[in-house]
Amino acid sequence: MSVLALDVEKRLGAFSICARFESAGGVTALFGSSGAGKTTLVNMIAGLIAPDRGRIVLDHITLFDSSSGTNVPVHRRRIGYVFQEGRLFPHLTVAGNLDYGRRMSALAPDPAEMERIVHLLDIGQLLERRPGKLSGGERQRVAVGRALLMRPRLLLLDEPLASLDEARKREILPYLERLRDEARVPMVYVSHNAAELARLASSVVWLDAGAVHAVGGVKLLERRPA
Amino acid sequence: MFDLSPDEWIAIKLSLRIATVATLVALPIGVGVAWLLARRQFWGKALLDGLIHLPLVLPPVVTGYLLLISFGRRGPIGAFLADYFGIVFSFRWIGAALACGVMGFPLLVRPIRLAIEAIDRKLEEAASTLGADRLWVFLSVTLPLALPGLIAGLVLCFAKALGEFGATITFVSNIPGETQTISAAIYTFTQIPGGDAAAGRLVLVAIVISLAALVAAEWLARRAGMRFHGE
Repeated sequence: MSVLALDVEKRLGAFSICARFESAGGVTALFGSSGAGKTTLVNMIAGLIAPDRGRIVLDHITLFDSSSGTNVPVHRRRIGYVFQEGRLFPHLTVAGNLDYGRRMSALAPDPAEMERIVHLLDIGQLLERRPGKLSGGERQRVAVGRALLMRPRLLLLDEPLASLDEARKREILPYLERLRDEARVPMVYVSHNAAELARLASSVVWLDAGAVHAVGGVKLLERRPA
Repeated sequence: MFDLSPDEWIAIKLSLRIATVATLVALPIGVGVAWLLARRQFWGKALLDGLIHLPLVLPPVVTGYLLLISFGRRGPIGAFLADYFGIVFSFRWIGAALACGVMGFPLLVRPIRLAIEAIDRKLEEAASTLGADRLWVFLSVTLPLALPGLIAGLVLCFAKALGEFGATITFVSNIPGETQTISAAIYTFTQIPGGDAAAGRLVLVAIVISLAALVAAEWLARRAGMRFHGE
């Protein structure tokens, strides 16, 4: 049974992507060197880029299908997205950022869930601050919390640790492991760092030059240590 | 010396009313146009941009005359509005507000447009992944982030509307109590013998109002800026 099934093609100038894979849930790692098309693929899942051809299905719901002209708009996909640079809203407090997805998705306030996520990511002491006053690690934790609190059907994480130094990465990895074990949301985790993925992923999709090079378990990553 | 006569008070209150109405009516239109110019590519964009800026470069008398022949009683737009909606601009204070709004419009649009262009569109993308449709992205992310530009535009437009003279006097004349603003009143007082004291008082009032608007804008912009960078 697949949670996410994807079969897409897209030309972007000289670069082209032609990828197909299925994911059974858990943490699916999208692995590959920079320029392999990882972010483009994730943007297609989120709905920020439309493929030229193909299908994207999540939980039996067709998000995109070029043959029937289906293309669910970004804001109705309910897919949480943690960007490399966080992209927190500078004019809102951390609490305002966390609550944004719930308000925009017209979900009822759920203080228990808020409490759980805030506790899970250990961001309770940051709630009244503005994003401009956060460290890189804190910012990414808030970005993860913001994406989770919209109750997504899928969580996309695009190199969430790439902008952080080694110490900050070590600080955040345990939170992401807890997230995997407790949040019960399927995730697609993009990274070019094999060691990071080996700790988090349940399955690996290896991209190379816009095409799927190999699909398999975490063992795949041992073939090419980063 | 600083006793304002009833006539002077009337001119001051009228000026404030005209400038306020002109600015408030121009604001939503200005925000829409600024967004269009900042974010959309469409046929005739350069033309629209040029038209908006025209009042800035044309002699104000020319703008006033163009308003007179299009929005006057006999003008095509003026006749239409008078017949179907009962809105008459000629020799009325709302005609003055129209002239002031048109003159202030480029000064309103420009800072808002620059502010919108400076916004990181990735933040708007993030908002849409969080469930915000286009209108909510605009209301909850674009507009608040463009707030400093919005304030700057408002003040410039208000100041221009307050001081507008040429287009207003050409379009709706200089009628005390109806279209005689501070500027028109000062001009009138300088034309009559012994009017210097009254003109001087109004000049002081104009300086005070303009300075107050400037200080208020500076304070608001600083507050808005602080919200982004601090607590």
